Amino acid sequence: MSDAAIGMNQSANNGTSGEPLIAADGIPLKQKLAKTTRRMKVQAFLLTVPLVLFLIVAFVLPIGQMLYRSVHNDTGSKVMPNFAVSIQEWDGQGLPSEEIFEVFVKDMASAKKNREVGKTIGNLATRVNYEIPGARSLFTKSARKAGKVTEGPYKEALFAIDNRWDNPHIWLTLQRVTKDFTAAFYLAATDRKYDEKGNMVRADELYQIYIPILWKTIWLSALITALCFIIAYPVAYLLSTLPLRTSNLLMILVLLPFWTSLLVRTSAWIAMLQTEGIINNVFVYLGFIGNENRIQMIYNMTGTVIAMVHILLPFMILPLYSVMKTIPPTYMRAARSMGASGTYSFVKVYFPQTVPGIAAGTLLVFILAIGYYITPALVGGNDGLLISNLIADHIKKTLNWSLGAALGTILLVVVLIFYWLYNKLVGVDNLKFG
Amino acid sequence: MNTAGNQRAEEAFVRFDKVQKSYDGEILVVKDLNLDIPKGEFLTMLGPSGSGKTTSLMMLAGFEPATHGDIYLGGESINNVPPNKRGIGMVFQNYALFPHMTVAENLAFPLKVRKMGAAEIETKVQRALDMVELGAMGGRRPAQLSGGQQQRVAVARALVFDPSLILMDEPLGALDKQLREQMQYEIKHIHENLGVTVVYVTHDQSEALTMSDRIAVFNDGVIQQLSTPDDLYERPQNSFVAQFIGENNRLHGKVSGVSGDECKVELDGGGEVVAKTVNNIASVGERTTLSLRPERVEIEPEKGQTDNTVTGEIKELIYLGDHIRTRMEVAGNDEFIVKVPNSAGNKPLAEGAQVKVGWKAEDCRALDPMAV
Repeated sequence: MSDAAIGMNQSANNGTSGEPLIAADGIPLKQKLAKTTRRMKVQAFLLTVPLVLFLIVAFVLPIGQMLYRSVHNDTGSKVMPNFAVSIQEWDGQGLPSEEIFEVFVKDMASAKKNREVGKTIGNLATRVNYEIPGARSLFTKSARKAGKVTEGPYKEALFAIDNRWDNPHIWLTLQRVTKDFTAAFYLAATDRKYDEKGNMVRADELYQIYIPILWKTIWLSALITALCFIIAYPVAYLLSTLPLRTSNLLMILVLLPFWTSLLVRTSAWIAMLQTEGIINNVFVYLGFIGNENRIQMIYNMTGTVIAMVHILLPFMILPLYSVMKTIPPTYMRAARSMGASGTYSFVKVYFPQTVPGIAAGTLLVFILAIGYYITPALVGGNDGLLISNLIADHIKKTLNWSLGAALGTILLVVVLIFYWLYNKLVGVDNLKFG
Repeated sequence: MNTAGNQRAEEAFVRFDKVQKSYDGEILVVKDLNLDIPKGEFLTMLGPSGSGKTTSLMMLAGFEPATHGDIYLGGESINNVPPNKRGIGMVFQNYALFPHMTVAENLAFPLKVRKMGAAEIETKVQRALDMVELGAMGGRRPAQLSGGQQQRVAVARALVFDPSLILMDEPLGALDKQLREQMQYEIKHIHENLGVTVVYVTHDQSEALTMSDRIAVFNDGVIQQLSTPDDLYERPQNSFVAQFIGENNRLHGKVSGVSGDECKVELDGGGEVVAKTVNNIASVGERTTLSLRPERVEIEPEKGQTDNTVTGEIKELIYLGDHIRTRMEVAGNDEFIVKVPNSAGNKPLAEGAQVKVGWKAEDCRALDPMAV
């Protein structure tokens, strides 16, 4: 603050004097200054080179790759290179011309013989199948027979193999699929699709998966953040006010779960929360619930929330603690001496000063929660799954990496939006992580 | 109205009555504190750290409960009154200005708590800011002010709700020397102008001497002496006070004869001097520590001018402009300081020279023995 003020004063002074300041040897002062500090700047930069390289390799490149993959898919043009070019000439009215059919059949026949990974007819069939469910068999069946068609008319020959080809929808789809850049995966990721005429429409109610899960992820993360805050605030306050020795001991208790393997902790929650687990057993023993009415607390949303609150709690406590530690008790005393009650002093004097810690803690927990993967996968069951579990599914199981990338990008954008909102509300300068 | 009660309240606006305080149940931080402070007085609690002065202040403010005894404010016991109901203004060591509020909001805080109207708050805040000459600073944050300005805001905030008692806990400790001296006068003048009662805590004896009506010298949880600044300096009642207030030469010895309020003391370093007895210390054979102010010692006194004359060796001379600070070895004490005024006609002194020093019996006080 004061530095800025000094800087402003100086520039104001320079402005009024009009001429740039000159150093003793006649070189303009700014140039001289830049020269003397250059060496230091170069040194400082060299020190950061390993980190910069690491970040580029481990962070910037993968994210760039993900962004690229979410809009780029060249299966179509790889499997049917000639057809991919000629179909683009079609105006989308009726059916494509006989020439295009000829190219298509020939491309299909040659693709059938291709065994190279990523260029088989199967790859294309999968790609088209994303857009027209059931189209896979049409491709594999037609490809087997396409080699026997040696002369025209190719259109009729193809219809003879399977009359499903006599449908503009499939050709419109092929026209889109053979383009290298596509918005199809973002459409899929936002529960939209192209209808038979090639317009974007919302998917049927039954097929809406990702948007509801995204909303659920956001509000579950908000809930987890709120719960963490409610639990962490008094704990952090206690830690910051207790004598050092006691607070250190308690701090270790806070950090202990932090140092324990995530899997071990999550498994411990399974042991605690399952229907035959400790908590249910205690409830039954105490007579709160009947033996037949054991509460389902795990493999659902409840389990996800409980386990994630526990795991993310230190991320809330630590920034709060570090901020509270810097607030001397004299502030509260001063407020009290001026006639304010304990509650009033807390609300007006103490709480506002902890806002940087609250901001940092909630931001940290929320962003961690929104992309959390292991815990919901282990204890979430079906309704406790989050968006990251679906992304993992697409990367590992269905192998639709482009859809996974599109979902990942949407998640990234959501996080950035929240960060921006946060900056608007709290101001990033006010964050204090410790 | 009950005149007797009012009178008592006037006599002692603040009263500590047999107050004791312990934090851990093993050590008494404050031992049997009895102190009456009349209305309008500037009283300083002076002492080294750990002497119990701040604890006493915190008990008066209500932040620490007294383990035993009663504290009265205006004749009423305030033991069970929470700090926010005591109506005491307080200035803290690091000012405790709320960093998230502007200066004006800081000052408005105690008024808002009292549910005053916005217009009245504005007038009072402006008046308080003008009083500390910060009228234009109301919109700033405390962090944008200098240390001295923050200090003034803290004083203004403690005064803005017109409390009749102000507590100050080492409020000038964080300022540099020059600013500290300036603020001492400002606080003193505010006190004189407003007529509030001030209880001031400090470990800086010159600060205490400058500002106070009376000073309570604390050590070891006990008030060693409660008196006016000049009385403390001129007539310390024990060795601790003599040592703590001002500069002091100590000579250790044994009482060899008593006559009236004077006694003869045989010095450990050889020689015999006459001193004024204090607090019945001197019965023959008892050990004693003599206390002697450096400016009361004369170099090469004329015969008959002083009751005592001893020979010493000059060890070091420090030129300080208005006086020459002379460190000597006298009767085995090589930290014996004499302040020689820099006046015309004084003979020049040389390091290593043997000179006679002398002082009057009444300037030399025989106090309780201190560890050598």
